[in-house]
This record gives sequence, C-alpha cells and structure tokens, in this order.
Amino acid sequence: MKKIFAVLLISLLSACASKSTQPTAEVEDKSIGSSSRSTEGSPTTGAVPNLNPLTDPNSVLSKRSVYFDFDSYVVKDEYRSLVQAHAQYLRDNGNARVLLQGNADERGSREYNLALGQRRADAVRNAMTLSGARESQIESVSLGEEKPRGLGHDEASWAENRRTDIRYQGE
Amino acid sequence: MQIRLPEFPPFAVVLFLWLISAPLHAALDIEIFGGGATQIPIAIVPFAAEEKLNQSITQVVAADLQRSGLFRMIEPGGLAPHELIEVVYSEWINRGAGALVIGTTTLLPGGQVALRVRLLDVAKQVQLAAYTETVPTGQLRAAAHRIADIIYEKLTGDIGVFSTRIAYVVKEGKRYALQVADADGFNAQPVIEYTEPIISPAWSPDGKQLAYVSFENKKPVVYVQTLATRTRKAVANFKGSNSAPAWSPDGKRLAVVLSLMGGSQIFLINVDGGGLQRLSQSSGIDTEPSFSPNGQSIIFTSDRGGSPQIYRMQITGRASGTAERLTFEGSYNVSPHYSQDGKSFTFIHRNGDRFNVAIQDLATRQVQLLTDSKFDESPSFAPNGRIILYATEVRGRGILSAVSSDGKTRQQLSTQAGDVREPAWGPLPRLQ
Repeated sequence: MKKIFAVLLISLLSACASKSTQPTAEVEDKSIGSSSRSTEGSPTTGAVPNLNPLTDPNSVLSKRSVYFDFDSYVVKDEYRSLVQAHAQYLRDNGNARVLLQGNADERGSREYNLALGQRRADAVRNAMTLSGARESQIESVSLGEEKPRGLGHDEASWAENRRTDIRYQGE
Repeated sequence: MQIRLPEFPPFAVVLFLWLISAPLHAALDIEIFGGGATQIPIAIVPFAAEEKLNQSITQVVAADLQRSGLFRMIEPGGLAPHELIEVVYSEWINRGAGALVIGTTTLLPGGQVALRVRLLDVAKQVQLAAYTETVPTGQLRAAAHRIADIIYEKLTGDIGVFSTRIAYVVKEGKRYALQVADADGFNAQPVIEYTEPIISPAWSPDGKQLAYVSFENKKPVVYVQTLATRTRKAVANFKGSNSAPAWSPDGKRLAVVLSLMGGSQIFLINVDGGGLQRLSQSSGIDTEPSFSPNGQSIIFTSDRGGSPQIYRMQITGRASGTAERLTFEGSYNVSPHYSQDGKSFTFIHRNGDRFNVAIQDLATRQVQLLTDSKFDESPSFAPNGRIILYATEVRGRGILSAVSSDGKTRQQLSTQAGDVREPAWGPLPRLQ
C-alpha cells in the first residue's frame, strides 16, 4: 500500500508540476469550516495538498456509495460513471485492492438480507470487472442489515441502507 | 474492535464471567399471555426447610410449569404436608387440585442439599413419581428444573424442556453479546462479546458448541465455539460472505451459505473446516438451510421463483440436488426450521406489512399463523416441538417471545436493557 501511494504521489506530482498548488487552494476554499482557524492552528495540515484521488473530495473516486431501489440489485445509470471511475483506478493501479460491502434495509430475515446485500455488492463487482478491473482485486461481501447508516425506521433510512460501499484496502 | 476471548488463568476467567454476568443475572423476565384450553390444576407445597436455602425450589418449579401454559396453580391455603403420611387427599380434592407436589430439603455439611420430592395423583390417591437428589447449593435452580421436567412428563406424557438452554444476541449501545441462558431466561452467561455484529447462533446437537456468524473482520465469517473451553475456530472464512450455519443431526458437518462461487449458495463443510461440498445450484439466492432430523434433506429459503420462498432438497441418495417448493401463500416466506419429528417446519411469513411466525405441516401443506405482531424473526422449536422461540419487537425494542406450536399460549421473555435478538433453543441435556 505504501508503495502504491508513493507511485501515486510521484505521478501526480509530475502531472501537476506546472500547475503548482493552485487546485489545492481551491479545495481548501471550498471545504466547510476551513476558515482562519485551520491556517492558524495547524499550518502543516492546512497547506499539504491532498494528492490522493481516493480521498480528494473533488475526485469522483472519493464517492464510495452506490444506492439501490427497494428489493433491487441493479446498478442504476446515475452510478455508472462512479463505478467506472473506480474500475479505471483499479486497472491503473494493479496493486490496489477493494472491498465491496453490500447492505440491506432492516425489514425481514437477517440472513436473507445478508444475501440481498451480497447481490448488491456482486452487482458493483460485475460492473467493475466489465470495465476492466481484475476479479482478484475485488472482494464483494455483505453486511446485510447489521451495519445500518440510517438509524431510523422509515423510508429515508431504509433507502440510505440499500447500498454498496467501496472500501480500499488499508482504509 | 474489542475481542473478548480471554486468555486468563481459570480463576480470572471465573471472576471475569461473574463480573459480566452479575448485572445480567435474572435479566429475562417472563410474562405469559393467554393459556391452554385445558389446564391441569396442581398444588405445590413449599418443601420442608426450603426457607433456609438461598434459592427457592418450589417457586422455580411452579414458574416452569405455568410457563408451559398447561398448568393452573392451586394455593395450598394453610396446608403444609411434607411427607406422604401427612397428606389428607380429601382436603386437596376440596381445593380443586388434581395433582400434588410435596417434598423435603436437608442441608448437609459441605454445602450440599438433599432433596426428596413426591408427585401425587389426588383423585386416584397414588404416588406418580418420587425423586431424590443431592446437589450443591449453587445448583438448586438446575435441580428445580429437573423436578419440573419430571412433573411435566408424568402429567402430560410429553418431554420436558425446562433443563435446556437458549442462546441469543443482546445489543446494548455498540456492544454485541452472544449469551447462553437457562430456558427460563435465568443464569445468563456471555459466550463472546464484540463491538461488531453477531448473528445466527446455532447449537451443536450435543449442546457443547455454538456456531455463529461474526462481522469482526469487516465481513461475515462462520465460527464454531466450544462453550466449556471458550476456544473457537473460523470454520468458514472464504473469500466473500460466509453465513447461516446449520448443524447436521450427527454433529459432524455444517451447512453454510457462501458467496465463494458467486451468488449466495448452500455448501456442506466439516466442523474442522475441511471437506467443502456444494449443495445448491441456482442463479438466485439460496440461504437459511435447516436439516431434516434424519439428515437426508434440507429446507431453505430461495428466490429462484422470483420471491423468497421455502424449498426442500434431498442431499443424499439419487434425488439429491433437486429442490421442491413448499410455500405458496404470499410473496415472502423465509427462515425455515424443521421440527424435531420432521413432520412440520416453522418459518416467517409476511402478511401485508407484518412479519409473523407460521407453521406448516409437511404432509398436508396446511399453514397456521401463530402470531399477529409486527416484526417477528428467527423462529426455532423447543426440543419437544411444543414451543417456538422467536424474536419480536415491542415499542421499538427487540425482545424474545415464545408461542406454543398450537398458537394458544404466548410468553414474552424481556430484558431490562438492550435489544435481544437471534434466539436459538438448545438441545435436550444428554443423559449420561
């Protein structure tokens, strides 16, 4: 992982060499709460550019959740570009490994929901391998209804919990 | 993530267990709803010198019998015979008792208690059973459960399940604890505690091990843990998800659900983790396997027909691999569990927006809904097939509940705190 990061750092640094830290300044301006406090308090964290596209909020790769309709495991069109971007990243970074965690809402059997979450993770995996990621880079698993992000017992929470999360190794 | 598999010396383990279980002691209170149509009127006279013990026996016996829904307690009303010679049957006939329980307790040196108990038929004026046992004072509850079993068996002709144990998961805040308790909810002991979810506990047929699914490693993995030694092994930890363990009746193998070869499919695996063998072959979801008592077939949940329904598949012999659909009513039937006689299975049926416990007869295909609550889950039979234990929700909190297999008696097992779910009723204790 360290190696990948180093490679990434070098390639990004060389790519942005002429642009200097311009894009970073923009990032900082946009981020919430990045007022005078952050520059005063910790100048290092405030000034270091975020060069990891996986965590750069301006990069599509920082978006990690694919949402699904009720009782469905079809990757919707609105998430195609996101899934393709991650597939592209995996293709470009042969050492990168990703864990896809499928989730389901709380209604019904825990084990059946675990299987539903698995289908949602598998759907994202299949879309990624179709876009060039290797099968060996991806593990698709399910958390079923066990790790809800939405804690309510209403449609808004249920919709939030019908999703697959993309987690890179080491995260 | 905190893993609590202590590697302490035995004394420390005992202390640790005691510290954990102390606040949970007597955590499950039981409330009874309804009652059977015909109840046996029984009088239980407090045993001689029982008040000198640190644990009442007759109260535990009475609570066990009442919980079955098959008994009605008759107050002794001032009568206190302890020996056969002191019994005047006419007095008990006048009080409406059909059966009478009397007995004595004698505190012996070394913390032992000698128990002598008699069960009498009031109408026939004969002794139905006599029981003597000497137990350490710390095991008086267990002795009381054995006495309740004897009374239950003599008077109903059925197997008593008061000496069995149940397993379940308690979620309190961010902590998950897999616990084992006596069938009356007392004497709760933690098996394992995590800050990550635990689901699907399943008892080995000998009651010595529990299989369960833990999410401590960012994904579901099937473990088997030996209760006495607290040692455990990851039996199914393949790429993808590993879940839904079910023991074969001989205790040698587990049916598990793996996504190893795509989808969620049912496999057989030896308890030591070897001998992996695929059982189901479908492009859909196959999960929640439950073995028939003879080990020749499994019932399971599958969405191969478009909605989740229950299927049966032979796993031995010529017809193995072909699945037969068993449920046809409604669009959501899940979580099947075979009864011990193999004649029926219990499952969860979605009824509008409600999820209820149901039972289906395998021969007649007749379905009976046993509950009318909102969110019932994980039904499993008591070892005598007369009671079904399940998880339900009351005022947004998970609790355990039990319903008689004829639907007539319901009991709630509630805890003081936390969400209780994923119950599994353990097997009958082995007669050594």
